[in-house]
Amino acid sequence: MPKLTIDGKEIEVADGLTVLQACELAGAEVPRFCYHERLSVAGNCRMCLVEMERAPKPIASCAMPAGEGMVIKTDSDVVKKARKGVMEFLLINHPLDCPICDQGGECDLQDQAMAFGLDHGRYKETKRAATEKYMGPLIKTIMTRCIQCTRCVRFSTEIAGIEEMGLLNRGGHVEITTLEKAVNTELSGNLVDVCPVGALTSKPYAFNARPWELKKVNSVDVMDAVGSNIRVDVRGREVLRILPRIHEDVNEEWISDKTRYITDGLSKQRLDRPYVRVDGKLKAATWDEAFSAIKEKLSPLKGNEIAAITGNLNDAESMLALKDFMGNLGSSNIDCRQDGAKLDSSNRSAYLFNTSIAGIEDADAVLLVGTNPRWEAALINARLRKRFLEGGFKVGMIGEAVDLTYEYEYLGAGPDTLKEVASGKNSFAKVLKEAKKPMIIVGMGALTRKDGAAVLTQAKTIADKFGLVQDDWNGFNILHTAASRVAALDLGFVPGEGGLDVDGILEGAEKGKVKAVYLLGADEIDTSKLKSAFVIYQGHHGDAGASAADVILPGAAYTEKNGTYVNTEGRVQLGRLAVFPPGEAREDWTILRALSEQIGEALPYDNIGQLRQRLIEVNPVFAAIDQVNSNVWGDFAKTAGDLSSDPFKVAIENFYMTDPISRSSETMSACTEQFVLGKEQGVTGTNG
Amino acid sequence: MKNPVRSLLLTELLSGMALTLKYFFKPKVTLNYPYEKGPISPRFRGEHALRRYANGEERCIACKLCEAICPAQAITIESEPRDDGSRRTTRYDIDMTKCIYCGFCQEACPVDAIVEGPNFEFATETREELFYDKEKLLSNGDRWETEIAQNIALDAPYR
Repeated sequence: MPKLTIDGKEIEVADGLTVLQACELAGAEVPRFCYHERLSVAGNCRMCLVEMERAPKPIASCAMPAGEGMVIKTDSDVVKKARKGVMEFLLINHPLDCPICDQGGECDLQDQAMAFGLDHGRYKETKRAATEKYMGPLIKTIMTRCIQCTRCVRFSTEIAGIEEMGLLNRGGHVEITTLEKAVNTELSGNLVDVCPVGALTSKPYAFNARPWELKKVNSVDVMDAVGSNIRVDVRGREVLRILPRIHEDVNEEWISDKTRYITDGLSKQRLDRPYVRVDGKLKAATWDEAFSAIKEKLSPLKGNEIAAITGNLNDAESMLALKDFMGNLGSSNIDCRQDGAKLDSSNRSAYLFNTSIAGIEDADAVLLVGTNPRWEAALINARLRKRFLEGGFKVGMIGEAVDLTYEYEYLGAGPDTLKEVASGKNSFAKVLKEAKKPMIIVGMGALTRKDGAAVLTQAKTIADKFGLVQDDWNGFNILHTAASRVAALDLGFVPGEGGLDVDGILEGAEKGKVKAVYLLGADEIDTSKLKSAFVIYQGHHGDAGASAADVILPGAAYTEKNGTYVNTEGRVQLGRLAVFPPGEAREDWTILRALSEQIGEALPYDNIGQLRQRLIEVNPVFAAIDQVNSNVWGDFAKTAGDLSSDPFKVAIENFYMTDPISRSSETMSACTEQFVLGKEQGVTGTNG
Repeated sequence: MKNPVRSLLLTELLSGMALTLKYFFKPKVTLNYPYEKGPISPRFRGEHALRRYANGEERCIACKLCEAICPAQAITIESEPRDDGSRRTTRYDIDMTKCIYCGFCQEACPVDAIVEGPNFEFATETREELFYDKEKLLSNGDRWETEIAQNIALDAPYR
């Protein structure tokens, strides 16, 4: 615990901190470009120079460990002169093109030049220019603006785990390059954020808006089950970009490319008015017409002839409203597991990522079962990589052998290997046994199979047998891919007594037993089986569900409603309304509330406050916003069937297109072409 | 005693007539508008115009500084990359009924694209005609370029 004096203020800081961090703790502002809290120290921009007593010259505070008895000055004349000098050198080769630069208004260099630089330039000679580099469909480069801080190189090698990016040449000729290859990582958008100048900017957002024009709304992402904290930037009625918000326990300060770049999908393929199918064709209708069409069809039906399926992007409020609505109609055929995952909802710890995302950093061994975390939850993969780089972390993999950006021991492809581990025959069983805090991560690829329940039982056996669950440690983890899944399970959006699950509903609809199906944003099901049933689709995008529907009720996307979401670790978070839904579309729970007035009994809530009260009544976890509670480890998954020996398949085939929003995004289809299809498509004579 | 004499001699009338006579021989200040117009300063802030470079390329680069500075929020800009990759506006609207002619937009412009020209005769019969779009502003620029360029040159030493 060194004690040092900063600007006359004595402060004691933890061991291993740098002078810059100590200055921050003491409340002294130190300008910097290359230093970033989450990256290694480079010390090459020299902007963070401070004066230290008994040192012959100013020191780079980001690279100097804080020592006992140091006397630091951050606002002396020497420091000010040094900063002015460094700033002048940085600006020698930086073009004065702020008016056409997308970083303008939120640029570190601009701000710090104003705060710490000279008021005029003295450099009259010619400037250096660098050619643009190709970095794929997401990142635009203007390399003349680069100040060689190497944050992007450090980010891509340390956090994203790709080696393509680097610094070429030396001295005045130094250049960042990827050797004309696209940056192939799901975290590439963060390069734009770490770049302190306008050298790397967002390609889809190019020249769209200025930061001061945008309304900023804090919200939560639904593209995967991580529940990344995001900031939605809006101008008028359009979402222009999505940026990460810092949440140390969830996404740190990164978000995946899908989270960041689906913004154009939010304004395409939208359902903006109700539709009713007349003579086999969908015709635009009013709300009243749509409601009376539903009333006409639903009224004569018995409860068990009606079913409901919820999709992957829904908020808890709308799902609860649908559950209550179905309850009023006397139906217990409700399910949230579109993919048919054999999840056990009887015990909360049976379907959560119990270790918690931040908890990964304490683990010392992990067994991945039927999952590709890189695509299913890019930020959880980034955590796993962070833990791996610290050392002493063993990773075992059962399933498809994919590139996870860190080394792992490949154990086998299917349930047979899982069985071997469970019975202790596999060498990895020993690793789990010897580890102090071992984890198992079971992915949807392992649970959506016919024998999913048996896989879950095996996973539980491993957890019990090898001490994955201890007093203060729960290493049993389910990695969800759907943002709404945990909330739905918490609400009990699963078949009631005698109710049908998704497979049952689809089969029933095919055979004519189920006569009406209510799809709440459910698009990932086999809609061809719904042909003979009356289908009501409530959602925001014209996708598979809408084209199979007989009545379409236009709902709101996640940026257009106030909603509660629960991420894979069971953290309850609030999404906020950033723009209003387009056209006639309404917030989803209000649609169900209005519909319930027409059919059956009106739902007992008139505003979102009352609805949230009801949420808490149904499950008290919804009262604990942004908290992860430890759950009692109990008995579950007792009814095991036989394991088949088919290998596990990953749940996501294409990271960039997993839901209606990303499927309607042009940026995402460009990414798919570049990163997913590009690998398979060989160049032939006909396509040049 | 004084007042009857003054009334009798019509002195007030005569002094009034004298004043009239004096102004009759002085140079006239009345202008026969619209055939005659008074001189205006090179800094005169009249109707807006968007200028072009000599090669015909529009100057505006969609930096949106004029939009940001405008105290009446009369300017609306939308921008996107043009086919050649340069930063250009797709929409540049000025609501002339909101504009207060403060001249901040031309002060803020880094490329002298938006200027307030010497034209002050742009009254219209309807409000709608005062909602200027990019086309109108560019055509203003083309029409007044000679005068605008001259005014900027005259004012340059004081900037």
